[in-house]
Amino acid sequence: MSEWFTLFSNSLPEFWKGTLITLLLTSTGLGIGFLLGIPAAVIRIYGSKYLRWLAIGYIELFRGTPALVQLFVIYYGLPDMGITLDRIPAAIIALGLNSGAYQAEYFRSAIQAIGHDQMMAARAIGMSRIKAIWNIILPQAMRLVIPAWSNEPVSLLKTTAIAFLIAVPDLMTKAKMVATRTYDPIGAYLAVAVIYLILVVILTAILEYISRKSRIPGFDLEIEAQRST
Amino acid sequence: MDKYILEIQNISKRYGGNVILKDISLNVREGDTVVIIGPSGTGKSTLLRCINLLTRIDTGKILLDGKDITTKNVSEDEVRQHVGMVFQNFLLFNHLTALDNVMIGLTKVRKMPANQAKEKAMQELRRVGLADRASHYPGQLSGGQQQRVAIARALAMDPRVMLFDEPTSALDPELIGEVLEVMRKLAEEGMTMLCVTHEMGFAREVADRIIFMEHGVIVEEGPPAELFYRPKFERTREFLWKITELYGKHKDEEKPGDTST
Repeated sequence: MSEWFTLFSNSLPEFWKGTLITLLLTSTGLGIGFLLGIPAAVIRIYGSKYLRWLAIGYIELFRGTPALVQLFVIYYGLPDMGITLDRIPAAIIALGLNSGAYQAEYFRSAIQAIGHDQMMAARAIGMSRIKAIWNIILPQAMRLVIPAWSNEPVSLLKTTAIAFLIAVPDLMTKAKMVATRTYDPIGAYLAVAVIYLILVVILTAILEYISRKSRIPGFDLEIEAQRST
Repeated sequence: MDKYILEIQNISKRYGGNVILKDISLNVREGDTVVIIGPSGTGKSTLLRCINLLTRIDTGKILLDGKDITTKNVSEDEVRQHVGMVFQNFLLFNHLTALDNVMIGLTKVRKMPANQAKEKAMQELRRVGLADRASHYPGQLSGGQQQRVAIARALAMDPRVMLFDEPTSALDPELIGEVLEVMRKLAEEGMTMLCVTHEMGFAREVADRIIFMEHGVIVEEGPPAELFYRPKFERTREFLWKITELYGKHKDEEKPGDTST
């Protein structure tokens, strides 16, 4: 046990660097996913026929294929089409596109739970559809979605480990390096497992805090979590 | 000659094979309170929805202040600002306080500056007696209070006409009075109102005219005294009898159509 602590503390600077990369991948992937997910959900519900198909196509493509395949297509496949990306941007784009598809579905169920009536009430005071979506539907959907959506940052954080396979120097890659150097794979992987777990616990606490802060009296329907990871 | 604020001319509406409204015509003068009664599923709510264009009519036309609002080149959003609607289930915006519910139409639709909108919204809340609940969320208000906020929300837009779609049907009996009180006050202030309701007491006291609808047509219309005590049609008589019985207000002298007393 004390040997493990030695390994852990000796490798701490490396793990720290890896953690920063992992957090970078998670936050940017989540951000891109958020910016893609909201319009994708809105278009899937309110869009015209062709736009709707576009949104459905995107969502189902990225939910229906492994994240690793998506990453490899973007990193190894796109150069054939003349688009060459560095490792980290490639990982961020892949994770963002993937997360966007899942987030779109969370937002969609929240928007649908709010229902047609709120839209009707908004239209009845003279709001256009766009204004109603922006001022009435989305603010409610954002709050409603929090419990279900809270799975996404945690899930994405863990998914970032696939970036190891294109040699992004994230936490997982660092674990591999430490394992090779110390000839102690169990110790090294156990160490990153602990770090991932700590990150997840912190993230969950933050999400819990946000959820509490955004609560509105008498308005806390919950939406079933859909993604099981 | 009196000017009509709202002219409904031969409108029809069908959903699939079902005819909901059949060639309905109705004129409303400024300041009139018109109460629409009739069995459920006879197109009363559809009629109101057609007036603020939430439902599109198939044929006929509707004039508001002499202007046809059912032609294609009229902006729905513009029309709806002038036609206030109050729904059976209140439909307040759940993420906004009572004040913000009333304000949002002013700031987002009318583009009124926030401080001015706030002042106007407070004024409307006072009008429905809820100034002290301004910072409450809908979930913290009783049904009656929610409906009064919904009325204030519609009033804030300074509508030419107010439409009430069974405003008290979703309320517990002890909360109905406060909403009717607000509506009564509005009628006294000269607001033009169309109300679909089963509140016969309200209809009798406040309405200038009562419309009895059944199967998508206006069966009979007239001032309350005429409709309640001297209905022309057997169907009207039956309906009124049933509904007053249901609401437990039967006294022999009130028997609709009974002129023997």
